[in-house]
Amino acid sequence: MSVLVNAKTRVICQGITGSFGAQHTKGCYHYGTRVVGGVTPGKGGTKDANGLPVFDTVERAVRETGADATMIFVPPRLAADAILEAAAAGIPVICAITEGVPVQDMIKVRAVLDGMEKRPTLIGPNCPGIITPGPKTGGGTSGSDPYTNAGCKIGIMPGYIHTHVSQAKLGKSVGIVSRSGTLTYEAVWQTSRLGLGQSTCIGIGGDPVRGLSHIDCIELFNMDPDTHGILMIGEIGGTDEIDAAHYVRQHVKKPVAAFIAGRTAPPGRRMGHAGAIIGGADDTADAKIRALQAAGVEVALSPADMGVAMVKAMRLG
Amino acid sequence: MARLHEYQGKTLLAGAGVRVPRGRAVQSPSEARAAATGLGGEVVLKIQAWTTGRAALGGIAFAKSPEEAAKHAERLLSMHVGSFPVTHLLVEQKLSFARELFVSLSIDDAARRPVILLASAGGTGIEDRAKDIARIPCDVHSGPDEASLRTSLALLKLGAAERAVHEAVRTLFSVARSIEARSLEINPLVILADGSVVAADCRVTVDDYAVFRHPELGIEIARELDHPPTELERIAYRVEQEDHRGTFFFAQMNTTPAPGSKGLIGFHGAGGGGSMMSMDAITNEGFTIANFCDTSGNPSPAKVYRAARIILSQPGLVGYFGSGSGVANQEQFWSAYGLAKAFWELELSIPAVIRLGGNTEDRAVDILHSACKDLPARVEGYKKADSPAKIAARFASLVADSLRSTETAESSSLTRGWKPRSPRRPAFVGASSAIHFDVKGGRVWIDPVAWRANAPAIVARSAGLLKDSNGRPALTVAPDAFLAKDSDMIACEVECRRDGVEGLFVELDIPGLEAVREHR
Repeated sequence: MSVLVNAKTRVICQGITGSFGAQHTKGCYHYGTRVVGGVTPGKGGTKDANGLPVFDTVERAVRETGADATMIFVPPRLAADAILEAAAAGIPVICAITEGVPVQDMIKVRAVLDGMEKRPTLIGPNCPGIITPGPKTGGGTSGSDPYTNAGCKIGIMPGYIHTHVSQAKLGKSVGIVSRSGTLTYEAVWQTSRLGLGQSTCIGIGGDPVRGLSHIDCIELFNMDPDTHGILMIGEIGGTDEIDAAHYVRQHVKKPVAAFIAGRTAPPGRRMGHAGAIIGGADDTADAKIRALQAAGVEVALSPADMGVAMVKAMRLG
Repeated sequence: MARLHEYQGKTLLAGAGVRVPRGRAVQSPSEARAAATGLGGEVVLKIQAWTTGRAALGGIAFAKSPEEAAKHAERLLSMHVGSFPVTHLLVEQKLSFARELFVSLSIDDAARRPVILLASAGGTGIEDRAKDIARIPCDVHSGPDEASLRTSLALLKLGAAERAVHEAVRTLFSVARSIEARSLEINPLVILADGSVVAADCRVTVDDYAVFRHPELGIEIARELDHPPTELERIAYRVEQEDHRGTFFFAQMNTTPAPGSKGLIGFHGAGGGGSMMSMDAITNEGFTIANFCDTSGNPSPAKVYRAARIILSQPGLVGYFGSGSGVANQEQFWSAYGLAKAFWELELSIPAVIRLGGNTEDRAVDILHSACKDLPARVEGYKKADSPAKIAARFASLVADSLRSTETAESSSLTRGWKPRSPRRPAFVGASSAIHFDVKGGRVWIDPVAWRANAPAIVARSAGLLKDSNGRPALTVAPDAFLAKDSDMIACEVECRRDGVEGLFVELDIPGLEAVREHR
């Protein structure tokens, strides 16, 4: 069915009254996500534009709404505290959309999260979020006419490009994990057009110190009986994709396809993402592609072929 | 990641107690002569460039006299690294040392923590000797793991110098942490005959996201650049800082086409990953990318307009290629307004292919096509169903057609392509009779004569912001509120132009841009 989030997930937004937070709270709400409120210190007791309750603290929001997931839209310098506040309030899925969180702040956040007894799942920061698509059941124009009655979108991705397996021509679902937001959308769009559905799509973000890694997501997709194939989109820089290749070789029987962006990026140049820096022999695009191919992964060499590679790996076309 | 020059890094190290060679940064041969005189003895001159292998480039020279130093400086200051000129040299005392070490500190993204690499011997080519390098994990609070550091040092058999190296490594960690460095590399850290330890080189990158906490570093542009910021990059960065609606990233990459290339192109992406994929596609078609540019996150049309103006301030472009994410979750028609305005003002004469895939893409492509139909250049908009490879191929064929048609006896491959020009303005802009209303970063001009004829048509396209008041234009909102309506007014201008309605123009300032063109 899906991983991490589903139609029952109760979501709050930290930074719900900021312009970015408000815009995407509305987007998620109209998609059909069970958004139950939000947090802006000092605005507790008010309601947002969708009529959702605003609280002063995450702890209070959790107590009053039973929220079990949060999306964070607070400014970069406050993001680390926002993540820690959500973790302290016991929220199991924390999705940090904010771009520009200092690396040293994230190292400290990771150290705290890793030491927690009930460690929450952190997605991001600097990521588009996570979505478990539902079947299209409405127009998606308002909270009373949501796009779906059985999906969950947490983040800034366009909901309409996703397909629920029940409405997918090929009757199969894939899990998508990506470091790049915009390439995730591209991959979703391509797989949808080729007749595949998506179980869950996770944008893990481009920062070097982050929550979920490729391997974490591949592991989740591997265990999910309703994910029939896995599509991974990586970038130059870092070692996550090489690690994932080793993991796939040892543990994954499901079809896996991949794309690595940045083949023509000159070494040392950052391409939109802080993590995409060539640091050694193992993190060039070519090294990653070779490792993935050696693990039996169908690697698309052009981003236009991500969907085709997935279909090919699943032997559907 | 924002970089510091070697001399800037060394100043930080010296301040923390790490020894560095005596010396100073210079910008002219006479300054180099003076520096060498002050230092006395043999000196080394090093270009301050963000590249490795400076020696191999001829960017390092030794001088026995101040005269010789001045002569070397003249040559070194005329060098280019990649496309970009060398502007600073570091003149230092020449060291004679007994031993070289390599020390670097970086954030290990697998371990999610800092790690120090330590190895014997320094100099160039360290990348090829990966197996002899010790890895010392660090705690973000307490620094290098002490046991691991001691073991690594013992293996290096440093003798009496071990204590000094030990202290230097710990100090390097403190410096890196205090400035939130993403990486700090000393190659080499040298041990002198008397056992003292000196940092002979210093390469530092600082976390872009943390630069706001470190005004003391004087970093102009918190971005990854492989060269000191160019004037266009400075202008672009100011635009980014002054308009927080969406993001805007601009970096120059090449000023001349690579050998055998189909030409230099202006690149305008949307979204990091989508831009990378589009750059791959256009590079595969055989073009050289002049600049990287990314406007995303729902950018205002003013931001997209300014990005296009800055991109088109680069001479020699054979085309304008816009492509990022095909399914951007932003209202693409706003970007179309910004592009259409810039292309019209510059009377674009090189082909432009723009992929405007995403929300409202039909409307976006329609705006672009109709607003650009009378330009000398071919401007084509595409949608999410059109792949970057497909539009890159289309772009290549348009560029080939355009070059064929403009090829004349006197034009050579050196002079062909785009020549930056002043933006055109309707005659009433700036006229004493014209009426203007301020918006953020500019002003809306209205021609009172045209207004008398076209008022209803302009009002109808003004998103309810303008009205007619006894034959003169007036605002329907307070001037303060109108300041933030630049997007609606840009839309109004382009909509009027599409429909042949004259009399309104939005003048948007880009401080410094005209000076760059005139200087050239």
